[in-house]
Amino acid sequence: MIPRAKLKSQKLEAAEALLAARALPGGGAWITRAREAAHARVMDMGLPVKRDEYWRYTDPRRLTDAEPQGAALLDPQDESPVFDGFDRVKLVFVDGVLNEAESDPLALEGVEICTLAQAAATDLHWARDLYGTLEARGQKPVERSLASLNTAYATEGVLIRVTGRPAKPLSLIYHRSGEAGEAMVHHVIRVEPGAEATVLENGPMAARFNQVMEVDVAQGGTLHHIRAQGRDHERAGVAHLFAQLGEGANLKSFTLTANGALIRNEAVIWLDGARGSAHIAGATVGDGAFHHDDTVFINHAAPQCESRQVFKKVLRHGAVGVFQGKILVDQVAQLTDGYQISQSLLLDEDAQFLAKPELEIYADDVKCSHGSTSGEIDPNQLFYLRARGLREDQAKLLLVLAFLAEALEEIADPALAEDLRERMESWLKRRV
Amino acid sequence: MLEINNLHCELEDDTEVKILKGLSLTVKPGEVHAIMGPNGSGKSTLSYVLSGRDGYEVTEGSATLEGEDLLDMEPEERAAAGLFLAFQYPVEIPGVGNMTFLRTAVNAQRKARGEEELSAGEFLKIIRAKAKELQIEPEMLKRPVNVGFSGGEKKRNEILQMAMLEPKMCILDETDSGLDVDAMKLVSDGVNALRASDRAFLVITHYQRLLNHIKPDVVHIMSEGRIIKSGGPELALEVEENGYGDLLAEANA
Ligand SMILES: Nc1ncnc2c1ncn2[C@@H]1O[C@H](COP(=O)(O)OP(=O)(O)O)[C@@H](O)[C@H]1O
Ligand SMILES: [Mg+2]
Repeated sequence: MIPRAKLKSQKLEAAEALLAARALPGGGAWITRAREAAHARVMDMGLPVKRDEYWRYTDPRRLTDAEPQGAALLDPQDESPVFDGFDRVKLVFVDGVLNEAESDPLALEGVEICTLAQAAATDLHWARDLYGTLEARGQKPVERSLASLNTAYATEGVLIRVTGRPAKPLSLIYHRSGEAGEAMVHHVIRVEPGAEATVLENGPMAARFNQVMEVDVAQGGTLHHIRAQGRDHERAGVAHLFAQLGEGANLKSFTLTANGALIRNEAVIWLDGARGSAHIAGATVGDGAFHHDDTVFINHAAPQCESRQVFKKVLRHGAVGVFQGKILVDQVAQLTDGYQISQSLLLDEDAQFLAKPELEIYADDVKCSHGSTSGEIDPNQLFYLRARGLREDQAKLLLVLAFLAEALEEIADPALAEDLRERMESWLKRRV
Repeated sequence: MLEINNLHCELEDDTEVKILKGLSLTVKPGEVHAIMGPNGSGKSTLSYVLSGRDGYEVTEGSATLEGEDLLDMEPEERAAAGLFLAFQYPVEIPGVGNMTFLRTAVNAQRKARGEEELSAGEFLKIIRAKAKELQIEPEMLKRPVNVGFSGGEKKRNEILQMAMLEPKMCILDETDSGLDVDAMKLVSDGVNALRASDRAFLVITHYQRLLNHIKPDVVHIMSEGRIIKSGGPELALEVEENGYGDLLAEANA
């Protein structure tokens, strides 16, 4: 451990170095206040450094370097993009900037959508109470200053207000056009009482990306969030999902990640109302220079809520997987049902999985379980399948997909789940 | 059909442990052979070595199926060549549906043999009929392979796989252990239904009672990695009455 004061000064230096050449974007009064407050948070906390306890398994430098590293573009060859063929409203971001020409009109019954730029130009906007507010709330118990950085500097993103039950998903698509570049995107989603929507995200966004999504699900509302982070090998990025759930509200968030030099996905969830439910899941397949970190914090702050964390990682050739997951159960949160599982399947001896599962429980009548395992393909299962005639590669593929299945089951829509399963299958087929 | 000649094997990890010590056996098409023997005599090891499990080193001898060298093949090649092992301890595979598994297996073998794959519809029709004969509930076909199955269900599931794969040479390793009288009858009926002039069976068992249902042509007594005596069905009755003691003493004399 290094002395606190020294750690702090390293963090402040990192923030100063990054921000030296940047100025806060302009806009209306409300967003300027939000940005200035977020900027002050960054200057107060500093940025993560390698010695940070919360960054113990993941070196944040590629995310905080003043100059972002470039990343080669991936040629997807014959594979069509994920969610292709699904009826949806498409919003296309190129290098982190909304491209209206490539996007569908921002119109969908049951949803109000506008861009961050549009909202920033108005004086009063419904998102005023949420933008940067959930991010600020998420600075406890652990600092997440990369998210504050995003609140302060992001100029792109969409604000989505779900008032009904839209007939099709909203689909946020991220393309990269060049090898260099950085993107900061900040979305806000508010689901009104009883409303329900699906938000899809896919694509690699930028050589370096910093994304924040703030989600507020009101009483009895439901949000399905399904994200596929693309397959570019060299890109680096951090994504924060902050979500607060009211009484009986539901959130299901699933992320598929394949490849990437450094990806950190954080999820911070507050179950504020009774009988809320939050399911956060991820399936990760990594090969070679791959470092993937899932960091999850779920706070049960009301009784009778349910939460599930299901994270599965398939790793080989030096790939590293990280899971840090915490369930915090407040004293009032009686009858909490919390479940957390993080597992890795190591396809060779060269891969690594680092996990830190945590439970902190102050209520006495709760059901919480957590487990973390790391293993290889079971030779008995492999032999059994081969003895029935499956080729070795076929048998391995079946077992790896079986390993990932529990995470995929967290996607409510079977057709979307099948689409993602097929992506993983074709990725794995090229490798096992 | 199956010809085993002077087979020796040891553990790959510990070559001091010799398990099979010169085992010879010939099974002709249409025949049912039974192997009986005390615990630890190497019966399961024989079944594993024949089906190609890792961990055993064959140091001497040969094993052929219809003249083809088994020991030279991958496990899946042996399966495609017509060898089937009903496991003493069927393996649980969470996340893989029983039906998906069976269809993949059937089609993998058909493909390896250059035959047309079965369509989903054809497969479903056949498996439903065979499952019914073995009193396997349709719901069991949807569950993950062997997960949460009772001992008897696992054994019936092995026989279902055998019925679907229609192998030429079937090895059953203690398929009767853990079965009650009714389940034993079901399993035996399943096996007997498959008896054919171009198919052979090697039934490994501890108890004579299975052999009341599946009538063997030849009974072998195995001890310490070798066949010490072979004979007709009466040999099984002798074991049932007197245990292995006399036979072992006789062999050692
Ligand atoms: N993988 C293994 N590792 C260690 N010992 C083994 C292994 N396989 C078999 N053996 C030993 O070989 C002997 C024969 O075992 P097995 O073939 O299971 O006998 P049986 O099926 O006749 O009861 C036993 O002494 C057993 O302990
Ligand atoms: Mg045995």
